[in-house]
Amino acid sequence: MNARLVHFVWSHRLGLLVIVAVAMVLIFPLVTNNPYTLELTNRIAIISLAVVGLNLFMGSTGQISLGHAAFLAMGAYGSGVLTVHAGLSPWVALLAAAVLAAFFALVVGVPLLRLSGHALAMATLACNVVVHHVLLQEDQWTGGPSGLAGIPPLSVGGILLDNPVQLHFFVWGVLLLVLFGALNLVRSLPGRGLALLAADEIGAACLGVPVLRVKVALLVLSAVLAAVAGSFFAHTYGYVSPDSFSIFVSTDLAIMVVLGGMGSVWGSVLGAAVIILLPEVSDAAETYKEFVHGGILVAILLFAPQGAMRAIRQGWQLAVWRWRRAHATA
Amino acid sequence: MLRLEGVTKRFGGLTALDGVSFAVAPGTVTALIGPNGAGKSTLLDCLFGVQRPDAGSIRLGERELVGLSPDAIARLGLARTFQNLRLAPFETVLDTVLVGLVARQPFSLWAGLLRLPATRHTERAMRLAALQALDRLGLAHKADWPAGVLAYGDKKRLELARAIVAEPQVLVLDEPVAGLNRVETEAVASELRRLRRAGRTVLLVEHDMDLVMRLADTVVVLDGGRRIAQGTPVEVQRNPLVLEAYLGQMEVVA
Repeated sequence: MNARLVHFVWSHRLGLLVIVAVAMVLIFPLVTNNPYTLELTNRIAIISLAVVGLNLFMGSTGQISLGHAAFLAMGAYGSGVLTVHAGLSPWVALLAAAVLAAFFALVVGVPLLRLSGHALAMATLACNVVVHHVLLQEDQWTGGPSGLAGIPPLSVGGILLDNPVQLHFFVWGVLLLVLFGALNLVRSLPGRGLALLAADEIGAACLGVPVLRVKVALLVLSAVLAAVAGSFFAHTYGYVSPDSFSIFVSTDLAIMVVLGGMGSVWGSVLGAAVIILLPEVSDAAETYKEFVHGGILVAILLFAPQGAMRAIRQGWQLAVWRWRRAHATA
Repeated sequence: MLRLEGVTKRFGGLTALDGVSFAVAPGTVTALIGPNGAGKSTLLDCLFGVQRPDAGSIRLGERELVGLSPDAIARLGLARTFQNLRLAPFETVLDTVLVGLVARQPFSLWAGLLRLPATRHTERAMRLAALQALDRLGLAHKADWPAGVLAYGDKKRLELARAIVAEPQVLVLDEPVAGLNRVETEAVASELRRLRRAGRTVLLVEHDMDLVMRLADTVVVLDGGRRIAQGTPVEVQRNPLVLEAYLGQMEVVA
């Protein structure tokens, strides 16, 4: 009976995990109604959207992007400018911003993704710098260094998403949907090809993975997710400023991916949560942010290059194996 | 029929391949041998579109392969193993073999994201095929191991399983038994014999002369980028040009 239960749990582990995740999302606002805590968890969900996308790109191509804050900015400022200056409805603005980011990713990606390694990382960094400068200089649209205020909140079915509890259900609901798709992708047959692409490009190409097309497609996908995250950010806070989209934000996104584990979908959420919650744990993490984040990156690359999520799983498997060995001989 | 005609590849002033021509008849095992630096690996790279030859043509049936991308060539039914292993270390052995079936399906990220019931159904059938391929090479009991932790010999056979799982029209093996012990070599040899019985075409690049002599129907010898001999294993073994390429020029020592 016990063995059957274990088998049931194991063979339905993904479905059960989804049920647990949904239940946690539903219950969380009942456990805490502290707006500050909810604001924090909502921010984790929003940033996770972008990190999942970036992780699909980095974890599937083995390449590093240090420019994804630019796509975040396109979403946020796209939403901001189109609602504040053009008076469009938030949803239309969000869609338009996502399309803009996708188009930009396509135009930039086709030539850029012929590069790889450090050259690609530098090129993406440069894209971010350019976008950041546009935000600073085009102040009749973007408000320049002082930012853009008065962005209206999103609404769903007539309910205005302007308090943390409603936002909680909305952003976590969207994140769960995105996680569902991302998990499907990495587990599918194309996903197996992507895992090889990340490890060995020539190997993957010779086995039928259309390398350049896939890289561009994943860049576009990650750009759209980042843009949607940026739009949520803008509509949630009602205010955006260029500092939220500097190259340091891009490196933080990349650090979140590496911390959670390149190619690990759940790791993306873990990485985002750890980096966002760090300042809550200690003020020093905020004051010496660059040192702390850099230190985390070095530590992960030295001691757990597979990422925290896989390291935890491997530790768990090792513990189970040791337990079994100990009880097999006894 | 895989037919190479006048395939030439230059790297700057170095001519790696100099007008190489030969054909691989369907249902046969053709061995490609030659000393180190003869151009064998460059030839395979040209065959798979990793390198683009400067001149010449490579045809599979009526299709010209020169100018196609590696993934397009894989989709025409060519599969290969690599001299230097190309595996994703964190992927399980079973998942690694599944990659061999990627070329049998249109590569669609949408299908992966949605993973509709029909997709899941084909994935189940493919997992079964992958397990069978592993079983034939004696690796089925390690199906859930991460590929990175396997011993070298197991990794070599894992790559072979990945190449054969899709039952390719032409199978290209780059030194499949290099570094393998006798038992492991025998597993590879019997699998190659099974493939030939099943009517598959095999192009085998190998230094293990014993294996080449036992399995090959035709042997092509490369040296310095040129094809210096072609024939049955026995013919090639007696060919003075081949002996010279391998043993150095024979001079009368007074």
